[in-house]
Amino acid sequence: MNSCDKKQLKITAAKVRLGIIEGVYNAKSGHPGGSLSAADVFTYLYFKEMRIDPANPKWPDRDRFVLSKGHCAPGLYAALAERGYFSTEELKSLRHIGAMLQGHPDMKGTPGVDMSSGSLGQGVSAAVGMALAGKLDNKDYRVYSLLGDGEIEEGQVWEAAMFAAHKKLDNLCLIVDSNGLQIDGPVSEVAGPEPIDQKFAAFGFDVQIVNGHCFDELEAAFAHAKTVTGKPSVIIAKTTKGKGVSFMENQVSWHGTAPNKEQYEVAMQELTAALQELEGC
Amino acid sequence: MAEMVKKATRESFGEAVTELAAEYPDVVVLDADLAAATKTGIFKKKYPERFFDCGIAECNMIGVAAGLATCGKIPFAASFAMFSAGRAFEQVRNSVGYPKLNVKVVGSHAGISVGEDGATHQCCEDIALMRTIPGMVILNPSDHYEMKAAVRAAIEHKGPCYIRLGRLAVESINNGDDYHFELGKGITLREGSDITIVATGLMVSEAVKAAKALEADGISAEVINIHTIKPLDEDRILASAKKTGRVVTVEEHNIIGGLGEAVAAVLSEKCPTPVTRIGVNDVFGHSGPAVDLLKEFGLSAEHIAAVVREKLGK
Repeated sequence: MNSCDKKQLKITAAKVRLGIIEGVYNAKSGHPGGSLSAADVFTYLYFKEMRIDPANPKWPDRDRFVLSKGHCAPGLYAALAERGYFSTEELKSLRHIGAMLQGHPDMKGTPGVDMSSGSLGQGVSAAVGMALAGKLDNKDYRVYSLLGDGEIEEGQVWEAAMFAAHKKLDNLCLIVDSNGLQIDGPVSEVAGPEPIDQKFAAFGFDVQIVNGHCFDELEAAFAHAKTVTGKPSVIIAKTTKGKGVSFMENQVSWHGTAPNKEQYEVAMQELTAALQELEGC
Repeated sequence: MAEMVKKATRESFGEAVTELAAEYPDVVVLDADLAAATKTGIFKKKYPERFFDCGIAECNMIGVAAGLATCGKIPFAASFAMFSAGRAFEQVRNSVGYPKLNVKVVGSHAGISVGEDGATHQCCEDIALMRTIPGMVILNPSDHYEMKAAVRAAIEHKGPCYIRLGRLAVESINNGDDYHFELGKGITLREGSDITIVATGLMVSEAVKAAKALEADGISAEVINIHTIKPLDEDRILASAKKTGRVVTVEEHNIIGGLGEAVAAVLSEKCPTPVTRIGVNDVFGHSGPAVDLLKEFGLSAEHIAAVVREKLGK
């Protein structure tokens, strides 16, 4: 990736992070930690990887994205708004009565949301169904689904993984946002989903592990996934929960808590400073 | 008049979905390792490329069906009712019901008439579970002809449906030339003035037999076939209740949460009428031949007639 593209992605990711904090602060609830950890993945997918048209969100030949870790909707919404599916002003009404942006993704009312999700483990099965439909119809679209490393404790994820590999769905690319933390504590202490790579390999996936905040590594991984034939892919994105906001980084407590006014201001200052530095250089 | 057919509704379902597949190229079928039992195997044989065996993983099957539906397919996702409506309830709610996806959830081997497999497989909760999902259409056809009509109606209805299938072969009752199926509309099979019997599924033919026996005793029983439990044909039930003043409901399902409660709720709110619910009396079943179990649990024409006589004091 040339340095200009990379810089632009970093700028976009900084704006997505600002949108996350804006949304969660105005909602007075929601999930900033996992939204921030996945912000670079959202950015890469919506600004580099996926074949999409924000003016035609139901385009039948588009690539699909299912946010299986649906509670990280603030990250998805911020990326969709930044990409032009709807106004960034919408982010301020997140979770409000009558708002388009529900606490968890609702495909019925939100342009760009390909599947309703939020009950963990379910989105990935829908993504498998979309990939299956693509094969059945001889379409060349690809299907992406983002899961949490806590989410993969759900048995349905492995039902879906087994079936996807059995059906040789090489048009399916899963991403695990491996930030190491879930609500009750570190994943290693709660239920121990590791070794995630070996589990997916054993289920018949092409497995890659990358730094989920490095666009060069994300680019290489998604490019490789497109060359895989006869089996689905998974990219395990090693990330930092709360990435970009100093006091949220690696803190379990920021899984599902909104910042108060003072915290919001500090977070916005930090993210704005990061954005200005990128834009200035 | 069509010929009388003695056939399990699961088999009629398998035939219907296969017959309609040419007319509706978006129809696909999913099963969870029970294709021989749910009769989706008939479809699999003719359309192997449109059939997906998801293995023993019903929750994933419902999610895959939802994903297929987002891409314009009309998926029928079949398993035993215990598993498609029971085990995968939350997947049906959140991945199908909430996004209003065009998935047809199929629950075979419903009720006590599963027989020998016993209580673990005798699902008497599926209607209750599916009724609580907003927008879910619930179809419980009573015989071969009604199942064929119901499958077509399910395909033509855009949105989530649940279709209940039985294991036991039943004699057809809807072979008359005047038979007309309309989703959400009950069918008055016999007119009467003393009491209304509202029945669904396998129990419709028993209700008709009971009404015939009661006629010999001078009791005039109206029989309504409710093949669509949701949306319920409230107008038909209310009109009949106003006429007869007493209602008995019959279903092969727990009396909690099923047809009986749906009918009682409508009547208590709009036309208070004494209602007696005949069904599985909030107990688990057990192993045995289906016909014997139905008798034991009071799901027979004889028991329906006895209840009616008792309620009318005759």
